[in-house]
Amino acid sequence: MAAPSETGRAARWRWGLLDTLVVIYALVPVLWIASLSFKTPATIADGRFIPREWTLDNYRTIFDTSQFVRSLINSIGIALIATAIAVLLGMLAAYAVARLNFPGKGTLVGASLLIAMFPQVSLVSPLFEIERSIGLFDTWPGLILPYITFSLPLAIYTLSAFFRQVPWDLEKAAKMDGATQGQAFRRVIAPLAAPGVVTTAILVFIFCWNDFLFAISLTSTERSRTVPVALSFFTGDTQFEDPTGSISAAAVVITIPIILFVLFLQRRIVSGLTAGAVKG
Amino acid sequence: MTSRAEAPTRAVGRGQRAEPDARARASANVRGERRLAWLLCAPAVLVMLAVAAWPILYSIWLSLLRYDLRFPAEREFIGLSNYATVLTNPFWWSAFWITVLITVVSVAIEFVLGMGLAIIMHRTLVGRGVVRTAALIPYGIVTVVAAFSWRFAWTPGTGYLANLVTPGAAPLTERASALAIIILAEVWKTVPFMALLLMAGLALVPEDLLKAAAVDGATAWQRFVRVTLPIMKPAILVALLFRTLDAFRIFDNIFVLTAGAQETSSVSILTYNNLLRGLNLGIGSTMSVLIFITVAIIAFVFVKLFGTAAPGASEKEKR
Repeated sequence: MAAPSETGRAARWRWGLLDTLVVIYALVPVLWIASLSFKTPATIADGRFIPREWTLDNYRTIFDTSQFVRSLINSIGIALIATAIAVLLGMLAAYAVARLNFPGKGTLVGASLLIAMFPQVSLVSPLFEIERSIGLFDTWPGLILPYITFSLPLAIYTLSAFFRQVPWDLEKAAKMDGATQGQAFRRVIAPLAAPGVVTTAILVFIFCWNDFLFAISLTSTERSRTVPVALSFFTGDTQFEDPTGSISAAAVVITIPIILFVLFLQRRIVSGLTAGAVKG
Repeated sequence: MTSRAEAPTRAVGRGQRAEPDARARASANVRGERRLAWLLCAPAVLVMLAVAAWPILYSIWLSLLRYDLRFPAEREFIGLSNYATVLTNPFWWSAFWITVLITVVSVAIEFVLGMGLAIIMHRTLVGRGVVRTAALIPYGIVTVVAAFSWRFAWTPGTGYLANLVTPGAAPLTERASALAIIILAEVWKTVPFMALLLMAGLALVPEDLLKAAAVDGATAWQRFVRVTLPIMKPAILVALLFRTLDAFRIFDNIFVLTAGAQETSSVSILTYNNLLRGLNLGIGSTMSVLIFITVAIIAFVFVKLFGTAAPGASEKEKR
């Protein structure tokens, strides 16, 4: 650990070197799969990190198959709907947790934390049986429901941490200055609370986008299979000769939104992940 | 509840003259606030009850049944004998200890690397934004995607890493090397998460205290161990607890990297296989319950060992 007073050129170089190591650490696996996705079938097994021949054929192949396109639609739709509902329900509960006094608050926070730490596989067996018997198995709602449930604790926790920092008294001040309730909320409170809501939405979306266990256990056809599951079903012996290129291309496609979030909203994501983490 | 609470306030209100209105209004406010709070929480609570609490209870019930979907007619109540079956099964114990091994080794490595990364992100003099952005990529990337990247990297011929250790070997087909790669994939993905949680703790360490320690002649290492670490203790507990419980449910990485071959199954993989490959709901549910109990024990031990600084436990101190 550097002394707080440390400055100077040597220190800057040392930090620069460490930074570079971190960037390499983070990027190498991503660049590797991107590299594979641009290789031609002839060179895909050459083991080189940088392609010798570049091609977009792998991308053309996956976008020509309903298997991938359909799962991409499923992934996007399911993640967006689950995120919207989880953030909405999370906002209501987080407002109560952050602003109101009521018996059962501790229980609510504790119980939702319990769910956050829950081994998801424990829910797979009963949900599989329940969803089969009520016809939710292999449907969008069949995945959206568990996603909402498992992201609600994250949403409540992060949002209530953000809501605590909102200076709610400003609302009163605005009303004294003659603003109506609606104006006070729209002009004063909403802009202050919005960053927290956006951050939470991103974290929840990443969670839903990432899920594999529920998606592979609670779906059985293209109807609701998401991309991570479809990826694991790309096999050489049916549609693709060697699935490596196709898997890599599909993997790159579903990594793009994550890269965009990270590039443009880095600060928000960091603040969201660290918001509720420690203060206790 | 509400009606009982109302009665005494009314009685008091009638008995006294000066305060009744104010009191009645105050208690009405309190009641209104409660009702509003419960209303606001109700949707979230209902969803969590319906999709988490109820299925867990249901899985306890299922675990007491002989219930194989291939032979639905033989479904019957058999008490705890599923538990006896699972707990005497060598595959279960193999998967259990593999999961423990992966959890302990990867969380230990993650803690060290995560602390390093946290310090870099917190203190670096150049390119703070770049480092933080880069570090978020492993956190955000879909686990299955990262797992495929590692799988192809270690596939003989295709991969740039395959010939690194021993030429011509297929590391994913041997148990020890496959486990090492699983741990590598897990560590790579989750170090940034660990680091972010730890960084939140680092931010709580007052600069003045570090400076004072430096003036008193403490070396950088002493300042870290004596000043920084104790102040960070709650953050460390939260980070370790989150990651331990998360590592214990490892599924995606193993599924893609080895699919549980060469005895690399975790308990989650084994449960999945029993449920969706074997279609044995009784046994699958029994394993679900056992995993749940194990996780509860881990959480309990953590809180007991490291004190009661569980997240959310100290609502009031936060203010």
